[in-house]
Amino acid sequence: MSNRTLTFSVFRYNPATPEIKPCMQSYQLKEAGGMTMFVALTKIREEQDPSLMFDFVCRASICGSCAMLINGKPRLACKTLTRDYGTKITLMPLPVFKLIGDLSVDTGTWFRRLSVKTRAWVHTKKEFDPTVLEERMDNATALEIYEPERCIECGCCIAGCATANIREDFLGAAGLNRVARFMVDPRDERSEQEYFEIVGSDEGVFGCYGLMACEDNCPTKLPLQYQLAFVRRKMAVAGLKR
Amino acid sequence: MSNYQTHITDVLIIGAGLAGERAAIEASSHGLDSIILSLVPPRRSHSTAAQGGMQASLANCAMGKGDSTDIHFADTVKGSDWGCEQDVARLFCETVPIAVRQMAYWGVPWSRVVAGKKTLPNGQEIEDTKDKEGLITGRNFGGTAKWRTCYTADGTGHTMQYTIDSIVISLGITVHDRMEAISLIHDGEKCLGAVARCLRTGKLNVYIAKATVIATGGYGRLYDASTNAIICEGTGMALALDTGQVPLGNMEAVQFHPTGMVPVWILITEGARGDGGYLLDKNQHRFMPDYEPVKKDLASRDVVSRRMIEHFRKGFGVDSPYGPHMWLDIRHLGAKHIDTNLREIANICRNFAGIDPIKDLIPVRPTQHYSMGGVRINSEGFAYGLKGLFAVGEASCWDLHGFNRLGGNSLAETVVMGMIVGKKIAEYALGATLEYTSDVVEDAAKQQQERIDGLISGRHGREDVFQVRREMEETLMDYVGIFRTGPALQTAVDKLQVLHERAQHLGLRSSGVGANPEVTAALRLPGMIRLALCISYGALQRTESRGSHAREDFPKRDDANWLKRTLAYWPEGAVLPELKYEPVTITELPPGDRGYGESSASSKK
Ligand SMILES: Cc1cc2nc3c(=O)[nH]c(=O)nc-3n(C[C@H](O)[C@H](O)[C@H](O)COP(=O)(O)OP(=O)(O)OC[C@H]3O[C@@H](n4cnc5c(N)ncnc54)[C@H](O)[C@@H]3O)c2cc1C
Ligand code: SF4
Ligand code: SF4
Ligand code: FES
Repeated sequence: MSNRTLTFSVFRYNPATPEIKPCMQSYQLKEAGGMTMFVALTKIREEQDPSLMFDFVCRASICGSCAMLINGKPRLACKTLTRDYGTKITLMPLPVFKLIGDLSVDTGTWFRRLSVKTRAWVHTKKEFDPTVLEERMDNATALEIYEPERCIECGCCIAGCATANIREDFLGAAGLNRVARFMVDPRDERSEQEYFEIVGSDEGVFGCYGLMACEDNCPTKLPLQYQLAFVRRKMAVAGLKR
Repeated sequence: MSNYQTHITDVLIIGAGLAGERAAIEASSHGLDSIILSLVPPRRSHSTAAQGGMQASLANCAMGKGDSTDIHFADTVKGSDWGCEQDVARLFCETVPIAVRQMAYWGVPWSRVVAGKKTLPNGQEIEDTKDKEGLITGRNFGGTAKWRTCYTADGTGHTMQYTIDSIVISLGITVHDRMEAISLIHDGEKCLGAVARCLRTGKLNVYIAKATVIATGGYGRLYDASTNAIICEGTGMALALDTGQVPLGNMEAVQFHPTGMVPVWILITEGARGDGGYLLDKNQHRFMPDYEPVKKDLASRDVVSRRMIEHFRKGFGVDSPYGPHMWLDIRHLGAKHIDTNLREIANICRNFAGIDPIKDLIPVRPTQHYSMGGVRINSEGFAYGLKGLFAVGEASCWDLHGFNRLGGNSLAETVVMGMIVGKKIAEYALGATLEYTSDVVEDAAKQQQERIDGLISGRHGREDVFQVRREMEETLMDYVGIFRTGPALQTAVDKLQVLHERAQHLGLRSSGVGANPEVTAALRLPGMIRLALCISYGALQRTESRGSHAREDFPKRDDANWLKRTLAYWPEGAVLPELKYEPVTITELPPGDRGYGESSASSKK
C-alpha cells in the first residue's frame, strides 16, 4: 500500500460567478490502494471542497460521463488509477465542449446534435409487425454492427482532434464511426448518396487529416482508423458517381 | 414572485433510462407532446451498464428448445418466492417476445443463432439447428429452466439504450437532461407535474402535465456498497412517497450480488465462478464447501451472499480500508482462459483495482444490486393514491419481481412496461384536460426555493450532508443487509430516525451558488433517509424469510401470515412510515417449493 501524498491541481471556474476568474486550485490527498480518479475526486469533494464540479455516473468506464484532461491527455477519469501517475496530477476540463463548471462539460448536448446531424437511427420503410418472427441476420453481421456501436460518446477522440478543435461543425471520429455503424447495418435502407449528403464534406470525412490522435485516445479501443477509412472509401466512390 | 421557468406538456416523464424513453416513444406515437427529464444525458443512464441480457422465451437456441411463455412464467414466479403479481407476470411473459423483436426492428444487433455442433464447458454436446440460424439466440442465466437471455455480446444495456434513444431522437421528443425533479406538484387528488432544479445553473423549473411518469430507476446508492451507478439514489421513489398519498411497495425486498469488486463495487459476473473460480477467506481457505457441500461456490446469489456474511462475522474476512472482504480466486484457470473467456473481468480488475487476476486475488464482497420495491402501481401502471401519476422500470413496483428478481428480467421489464404502461398513459392523457390552479403550482415552487435558501443560509443548522449520508449508508449496510434480525433492524430504525432528524438541519460548507453539488446532495438526502426507513421498518415488521429478505430469527417462509405485499406511506410530518398490506395476486401457480435455496427440499444434500 502506498504512502504517497498526491497533489491535484484542478481547473476551477463557475459560470454562475463570472466575477471570479478561472484559476487552478491545489488539493492534497493521501493515496489509497487501488485509488482511481473517481475515488480521489469524490474524497476531495466530500472532505475538502463540496463545491467542486465533475461528472461520474457508472464509475466503470461504461457510460462515457467522466472524460477530462489528465496531465493534458483526454482520459476517462473513472478508469484512471492514481498509481500510474507521479505525485503531481493536473486535471482540466475537455476542450471543444461547452463548460458547465470546473471539470464538468456538456458532452450530452454535443452528441445529441451529432445524432440529429448524422440522422443516426435505422432508416427503413418497413412497418413493425408484432405477429411475425424477427428478420434473420447473420451473427457475423450482428457483431460487425456491434463493433462501432460500442462507442460510449465520451468525447476523448473529439477533445484530442486537431480538426475538431478548430472546426466547430466537424463530426469527428465519433461521428464518422457512428455513420459507419449504420452503413454496415442491412436494416438501414439509406443509399450511399444519402450518406454522402451527411458526411461527404469538410464537416465529415474530408475534414480529417488522418493523424489518428483519436484512436490513441479512445478508451473503448475502437478501431477508428479502420472505420474512418471505411467511410472515406465509400464516400470517395459515392462522390465519383455524383 | 415566480422566479422560475414554466413548461407545459401532455406527458412529463421523469427519467431517461430504458423504461422512461420507451414510454415516451409510446406517448409520442399516440400524437402526444412529451418532455423527458434526466439527471444525465439519456445514454448515460444506468440501463447502459447492464451487460448480461434480457429474457424472452424465443426458443431459438439449442438449449432454449421447448421454451415457452409458460416456462418463463413459472421461473419468474418461483424466483419471486411467490411475492409477485401473477397476472402481471403472465402479461409480461406473453409480451416480451414482441418487445425483443421490436428492439431488433429498431436496430439492436442481437447475437444470432449460428448452426452447428458445440461442446459446453461441462462436456455436454449440443447442436444449433439450421432452421433457427440467424434468429435471436439466448444465453444461460441463474434461476431459469431454459437458455433464454437475449444479448448483444457483452453490452446489452448499452445497445438497447442507444437504440431506444435513437428512436427518441428520430421522433424529435424533447429531452431536458441535467434537470432533476425535486418534488411532485399535486392537489391531494391529482398529480399536476413536477418542480425541477437545473443541474447546469441551479435554477428552478416547473413542469405542468396531464400525466406524470416516474422512471427514475433504483435506489442502490442508499447502501454503502452497490453495483449501481452513483446516480441511482431512489429520488423518484422519494418524490412519490413525499406526496403523502402514494405508497411504496415491498421496499424491504433488496437484492445483493455476491461479487462486487472492492473498493469500487463494480460487478464481477457470476461467469467467473461458473467457469471454476472460487472464494477464499483471510487464511486463503476455500470456505464455501464448508457451508454448502453440494453447490459450493455456485449456490444461488442470495445463498452465497449469506454465507460470506456469516463467515465475516466469525472473523474470517480480509480487512481493508474499505471494510472486510473475501478473495475471488481465478488464477488456476490460467492466462489463456482468463484472457479469452473472462476478458471483461480481467480488464475491469486491471483498470479499476490495478490487479492482474492471472497472478492476483480479486477482492470481493456481497454488494447491493437491485431494488425490487418501488412506487406501487396497478397492472396498468397507475400509481396508487394520485390520479395522473404513473411509474415504470426499476422505480416501480408493478410487481413482477416479488422478493427476488431473476437476472435478465429487469431489462425485459423496462421495455415491456414502456410498451404496455406507455399505451395506458397515452390513453389517459388523451382523455384528460389540463386543469390546475396557479396557487398550487406557485406554492410547490416556493416550497422548493425555500428549501434551497434554507440550506444556503444555514438557518436550520450546520449538519454536514456527506457525514449524515455516510452514516445512513453504513447503517443500511451493517443492519439491513443480507441477514436480518429483529434487534439489528430495530437498531437501524432507531439510528435512521436520528439521522432523519439531523437531515432537517443540514447546512452547507460551500456557497451553494449555481449548479452546486453540495446543494444537489443536500436536497436529496432527507428523502433518501425516508426510503431507508421504509426498507428497514418494512423488514422489521416482516417476521418471515422470503426471497432476498432473510430473517435469521424467522428463517421460514410464512404463507399463512405473510403472503402479502407491504405498502409504505409517509404522512406529512411523520417520523416513521405507516405500513399497510395488500394480498398478492395468485392466478395460476399456488405457493410451493422453489426447487433451490436453504429451505428447499430438493437442494438439501
Ligand atoms: C451492474 C448491473 C448490471 C445489470 N445487468 C442486468 C442484466 O444483464 N439484465 C437485466 O435484465 N438487468 C440488469 N441489471 C438491472 C437493470 O440494468 C436495471 O434494472 C434497468 O436498466 C433499470 O432501468 P430504468 O429505465 O428503470 O432506470 P435507469 O436506467 O436507472 O434510468 C433512470 C433514469 O432516471 C433519471 N433520474 C433519476 N432520478 C431523477 C430525477 N429526480 N429527476 C430527473 N431524472 C431522474 C436518470 O437520469 C436516468 O435517466 C443490471 C444492473 C446493474 C447494476
Ligand atoms: S484522424 Fe481525423 S478524426 Fe482522428 S484525430 Fe485526426 S483529424 Fe481528428
Ligand atoms: S469513439 Fe471512442 S473516444 Fe470517441 S467518443 Fe466514442 S468511445 Fe469516446
Ligand atoms: S463514470 Fe461512466 S465512464 Fe467514467
